Amino acid sequence: MGAGLRTWLNVGVLSFAFVVIIFYNGMIDGWNRQARHDTRGWEVGAGQLWHPEYDRYDPFSFEEAHAELSPDMQPLIKRDVLVPVLLEQATMYPQGRMQGVVLKGIRADQKLLKLPTGALKSKDDGVLIGKRMARSARLQTGDRLLVRWRDKNGTFDAREFTIARIFDSNVPTIDNGQIWLSLERLQEMTGKVNEATYLVASDAYEPTDKGIWEFKDLDYLLADLDAIIQSKKGGGMIGYILLLIIALLAIFDTQVLSVFRRQREIGTYIALGMTRWQVVKIFTVEGSAHSILAALLATVYGIPLFLYLDHTGLSFAMAENTDITIADTIYPYYSLGLIVSTVVLVVVSATVVSYLPARKITKMKPTDALKGKLQ
Amino acid sequence: MKLLMIVFWSMTMTGLAQPDADEILERVDHNMSSRNRVVESTMVIHGRRASRTITSRTYSVGDTKSFTEYLSPAREQGTKMLKLEDQLWIYSPDTDRTIQISGHMLRQSVMGSDLSYEDMMDDRKLQEIYDAEIAGEENINGRKCYRLQLEATVEDASYQSQQLWVDAERFIPLKQQMYAKGGKLLKQVMLSEVEKVQGRWFPMKMVYKDMLKEGDGTEFQITSIRFNQEIPGYIFTKAALRK
Repeated sequence: MGAGLRTWLNVGVLSFAFVVIIFYNGMIDGWNRQARHDTRGWEVGAGQLWHPEYDRYDPFSFEEAHAELSPDMQPLIKRDVLVPVLLEQATMYPQGRMQGVVLKGIRADQKLLKLPTGALKSKDDGVLIGKRMARSARLQTGDRLLVRWRDKNGTFDAREFTIARIFDSNVPTIDNGQIWLSLERLQEMTGKVNEATYLVASDAYEPTDKGIWEFKDLDYLLADLDAIIQSKKGGGMIGYILLLIIALLAIFDTQVLSVFRRQREIGTYIALGMTRWQVVKIFTVEGSAHSILAALLATVYGIPLFLYLDHTGLSFAMAENTDITIADTIYPYYSLGLIVSTVVLVVVSATVVSYLPARKITKMKPTDALKGKLQ
Repeated sequence: MKLLMIVFWSMTMTGLAQPDADEILERVDHNMSSRNRVVESTMVIHGRRASRTITSRTYSVGDTKSFTEYLSPAREQGTKMLKLEDQLWIYSPDTDRTIQISGHMLRQSVMGSDLSYEDMMDDRKLQEIYDAEIAGEENINGRKCYRLQLEATVEDASYQSQQLWVDAERFIPLKQQMYAKGGKLLKQVMLSEVEKVQGRWFPMKMVYKDMLKEGDGTEFQITSIRFNQEIPGYIFTKAALRK
């Protein structure tokens, strides 16, 4: 096989590794940015104030996790700096089936979260549910839904609600098994007047001592999402590192062959006065030049591909069925840091694998090399 | 002679007079409660697709102590439940673990039935929770019954109101309906197959139905009941759960 063809094969595989690394990380970063943006917009705001008993993963904690909103909170609530939410465990009976559900009370006139709470004003018994909940419970806008709950003393109550609106959100944690209704209505139903379980804060909120309420910042609230993203990044890394290893093996192989076949040339260089390390440097630069060429080739077909994906995004049909925040269409995000780090990773690793076989040159006898003797 | 007539008339009228609601509840409580009892029963849980039958043996003392051992099917065999005052523990032989059921978990269904753990736990006498009024008389399964309207007098009653149909002769409830605060009918219990056991009338079959849910409810059939037995004290200990 000619050296030219071998070079282009190496460059081709390496350029593919370039594109795959940037594409995969770009998709993960894009997902991360969208998910954080959506979770902030729909659920967590700029942070939350929690009742000390509240544990978002333990519905049994909701019974005790409620307290009165203090007078100093009221101006902040009126200005939408804080949006109180009250939780209550309940049971709903869609088409006679029994299903556990969480009732979430929120002010109908709030503007902080993207929830279409304005729809709660239109009907006295109106409630909001998400598209996932609507699909799993087979509910549509206008349907009547029977709900049973207990008040603060443990006495059962039940009534029918009307589905005022079904909202479409990428955030499943505000959707699955949840019914949103007016805060005042839920407070009256449960006897928990002027009480809340947690408050969502806006960017304008400055964390100060708010009595029993504990402030949870975005790092805390988005920790699960960060963990998922990190695990996805780790999983994806295995794939593209394998691809990179294949490309680097090809470069390594080419270098071994070059050192073997170009012994006369090596001997000549040394005979002309070059030191062995200078010759090693020439071979190493030649090998690493594969990566530079690969980077250039990657830009030829990678940039149009990335621009296209940036424009159209990538749709995932399964996104709706997952329990993690993921948009229907993910738009990749290619940061300068990502591109630079990928180039550095590929160039450095190509240089290392080019250098390793070239080290053999330092042990060659120049006279034997000139004669073309096998060493 | 006139005096004798008056005495006879007043005695006759007293005997025939309709008992008041409190008296009816008292006589119901008298029939339904005992110092202790040992019950073997079959619970048939009707699901949407299939029905399950679970047999069990229960030892209980008053309304404070109760020990239940599930005898079949094989999947449930060996599961035991101990109730002491307001605490409940469940032992599962599969995991060899005893867990305490508390808080909201008490509101979960018992083995998928129409009964919650809390329903089983709430043994307070009706008189302690409700004010009763006689709302009328009706026939249930050919038996003349008093229909009692019960309204909660305590804040922590599970059901704000109830209706109770009590056999006018035997003073056994034959039908019970539980209502939500808003007046919605939530649960119904039909009691039948009333038999005389050790000198007292007792319903051998109860059908519990969650009225908001589709389905045929849960049948509770007593196959054997013995009152005022000698029950060893160790039965009502946590150690007995693992035996």
